[in-house]
Amino acid sequence: MNPWPFVIAAYTICVLVTAGLLFWALASMRRAEAAADALKRR
Amino acid sequence: MHAFANPARFLRFARPLTTWSLLIGLALALAGMAAGLFITPPDYLQGETVRILYIHVPAAWLGMAGWAGIAGASVSQIVWRHPLAAIAGKAIAPAGAAFAAICLLTGSIWGRPTWGTWWEWDGRLTSMLVLFFMYLGYIALVSAERERGGEGRIAALYGLVGAINLPIIHYSVLWWRTLHQGQSITVTGSSIDNSLLWPLPLTMIGFTCLFAAAVLMRMRAELAEAKVEARMRRLSA
Repeated sequence: MNPWPFVIAAYTICVLVTAGLLFWALASMRRAEAAADALKRR
Repeated sequence: MHAFANPARFLRFARPLTTWSLLIGLALALAGMAAGLFITPPDYLQGETVRILYIHVPAAWLGMAGWAGIAGASVSQIVWRHPLAAIAGKAIAPAGAAFAAICLLTGSIWGRPTWGTWWEWDGRLTSMLVLFFMYLGYIALVSAERERGGEGRIAALYGLVGAINLPIIHYSVLWWRTLHQGQSITVTGSSIDNSLLWPLPLTMIGFTCLFAAAVLMRMRAELAEAKVEARMRRLSA
């Protein structure tokens, strides 16, 4: 059994899930802080 | 910890820490993964599949550490009513669930060429799957309590009681000896050769920093949303 497809699949899942988590956290933080700043300026 | 009870003080500390955690985490995780994929030799028994170790072990550690964080935040919320505790617990849960999922998926992929099966109802695998479902339950409970306008005390109790699963996961390989291997890394040493082991601290520290960055970003988002909500309530009153 060729082990490389298993290794590549595991790393791909790890990178995609971690990147997804970080992008979601970053986007939600930016959106929320921008809304708070906009409200403060009003 | 009580020094950060003031959200403004917490934010002064959290803003630079978010950037540094993200940058250090990305550098170390990428370096560790590259070393694990291209530099370390294959294992004499498992061959190339041993490379999954460098992502599976940090994911398992963070899945468990995340719940330990939720339990700590729950104690802080129940005992000291720390104003950031509920926010911290809520911020930790998605990151913990993500790393528990990575652990389960990479473990399953590692199991197929090593054990000949994608899944087995082994003590370690089952207790880790229970942890993943507990994260989903915690997320659902926090959001349900928030909709009802609660303080999140039921979720805090659930987070505290759920910590009982952590020693079960840790000792499962000793209590039920089935497919999953025993502990190869302990406080006193490791049974893994140094030529294979050295990238592991890089990915362990790297993914821990990324986990911390995700939690800090979620806490900042929660604090900003709470600020907007409070302001809107004042304007409409």
